Amino acid sequence: MAMTISEKIIARHAGLAEVEAGQLVICDLDLVMANDVTGPPSIKEFEKIGKPVFNANKIALIPDHFQPAKDIKSSELAKIMRDFAKKNKIKHYYEAGRVGIEHVILPEFGIVAPGMLIIGADSHTCTYGAVNAFSTGVGTTDLAVGLATGKAWFKVPESINVKLTGKKPKNISGKDVILTLIGKIGVDGALYKTLEFSGEGVKELTMTDRLTISNMAIEAGGKAGIFPFDEITQFYIGCRVNYPYTPTNADEGAKYCQTVEINLSELKPVVALPHLPENVKAVDELGEIKINQVVIGSCTNGRLEDLQIAAGILKGRKIHPDVRCIVIPGSQEIYKEAIRCKWIDIFIDAGCVVSCPTCGPCLGGYMGILAAGERCVSTTNRNFRGRMGHVDSEVYLAGPYVAACSAVLGKIGVI
Amino acid sequence: MKVEGKVWRYGDNIDTDVIIPARYLNTFDPAELAKHCMVDIDETFAANVKAGDIMVGGKNFGCGSSREHAPVAIKASGIPVVIAASFARIFYRNGINIGLPLLEIGDAVEKISANDILKIDTDTGTIENVTTGETFKAHPLPPFVQGIAQTGGLINFVKEKGTLSA
Ligand code: SF4
Repeated sequence: MAMTISEKIIARHAGLAEVEAGQLVICDLDLVMANDVTGPPSIKEFEKIGKPVFNANKIALIPDHFQPAKDIKSSELAKIMRDFAKKNKIKHYYEAGRVGIEHVILPEFGIVAPGMLIIGADSHTCTYGAVNAFSTGVGTTDLAVGLATGKAWFKVPESINVKLTGKKPKNISGKDVILTLIGKIGVDGALYKTLEFSGEGVKELTMTDRLTISNMAIEAGGKAGIFPFDEITQFYIGCRVNYPYTPTNADEGAKYCQTVEINLSELKPVVALPHLPENVKAVDELGEIKINQVVIGSCTNGRLEDLQIAAGILKGRKIHPDVRCIVIPGSQEIYKEAIRCKWIDIFIDAGCVVSCPTCGPCLGGYMGILAAGERCVSTTNRNFRGRMGHVDSEVYLAGPYVAACSAVLGKIGVI
Repeated sequence: MKVEGKVWRYGDNIDTDVIIPARYLNTFDPAELAKHCMVDIDETFAANVKAGDIMVGGKNFGCGSSREHAPVAIKASGIPVVIAASFARIFYRNGINIGLPLLEIGDAVEKISANDILKIDTDTGTIENVTTGETFKAHPLPPFVQGIAQTGGLINFVKEKGTLSA
């Protein structure tokens, strides 16, 4: 039987020759992940099971949401996770100063690889679809059971074939692709389903573009967002992954529940207006929208290429006097490289705040919380009401190009 | 599992905030959560629901946050099974994981009204509407999901079995 990427990865981990959409199966997991917010409650449930962790090398516990600790409560959460990690000799646990945002560092450190099956107690665990893994977000109980048994149950998802055609124009990045797609299919357009990307346009997308796109599959309700394995995956994985992995591409004739086509040549820079990621509009159709803050960072757009795009715009320019522009490299490695490339100088000379890697303002944690009535252009992934601060504040989602331009202009726009 | 009960009927896109509003999330106690279940759309539910009654919703039941409090509140209300046209993904997982069977029947849900009496066999997925005489078929719950429900949730299930297996 011809299978999709999702079906193939799930079948392999269920020990079955084939599976089809709708089937319920139990799978072996290659990696179980949690952060400082979701880890502690899962650890509590895990302890009820009364078994040791299934494999200390296949668990990642990443302190990133409120770390370095923003207050006493966050510090105590981090401590629960730290103590657990030490006691159980968890391989992928990193202290502040050696860490970054979970969905940035796991691919960067080579902890996720093609063909893997991964669960994480964080809805953006779908990010690793960019490197050809099947990876999805779960709740407290699933994670606890994953820690103890290395297994999870799955309902095999149907897949939507997202066919990418055309050439990516200048100033268009992965963010414009995924926001355009969510604008088309809506925030529940991929409910239960996997987005599987295909077509000639895939090779137009860098790994950074792909990570941004897979990251936001959940914003369309998706279970995962998976790219095929190609030379770009191979190149990215090449120097990072030093263990065997299984590139997994869809079979000819695999069954999809729907095909959505996106012609990259036609894309324009877009933003998602408050308060849903599906409220997508081309920047040139917006009237004058004045802003107070810009955030460039997060697991969606905190990678080197994102900073490069922003630095390209901000070089020799100044942040608008009414705007605070906060730049957050997604990992220490990215931070260091950005220093080496002199981009951090460019950001500071332009008048930006540059922070250590953290989720920070993305979920309204700290490091840039909005007051009532304030507007922010952000390269993050959610613009729900109150996500970045006061319930009467507004978040406009955009890629790094639009975000950096808007920071200079003091309103949403491009230069 | 076989159950027979009266229907509490709700519409499409019942989100987790409706099932258990965020203002009641300062507790994990199931009985306490049950007291406020559905309160924002149906004030009569918590006071009148009887053990064995059945909840029926439309499309995308349980959408919104990943809070496990939502299926916990429904289960603690005495509801043994929820039927809907479709469930939101994380709610579906969470429901099953805490031992609340969920049956999906698509458009057939339109043929179930408030206060109908349903006879359900979760093992076969058969739903008989005793009031109208119609019978529907949901995907039967696979044996291991039935096992999860019987032991009262995934944590207990794994404790008993020593692992997660069919
Ligand atoms: S950067 Fe934002 S979306 Fe990403 S993991 Fe952190 S809080 Fe979640």
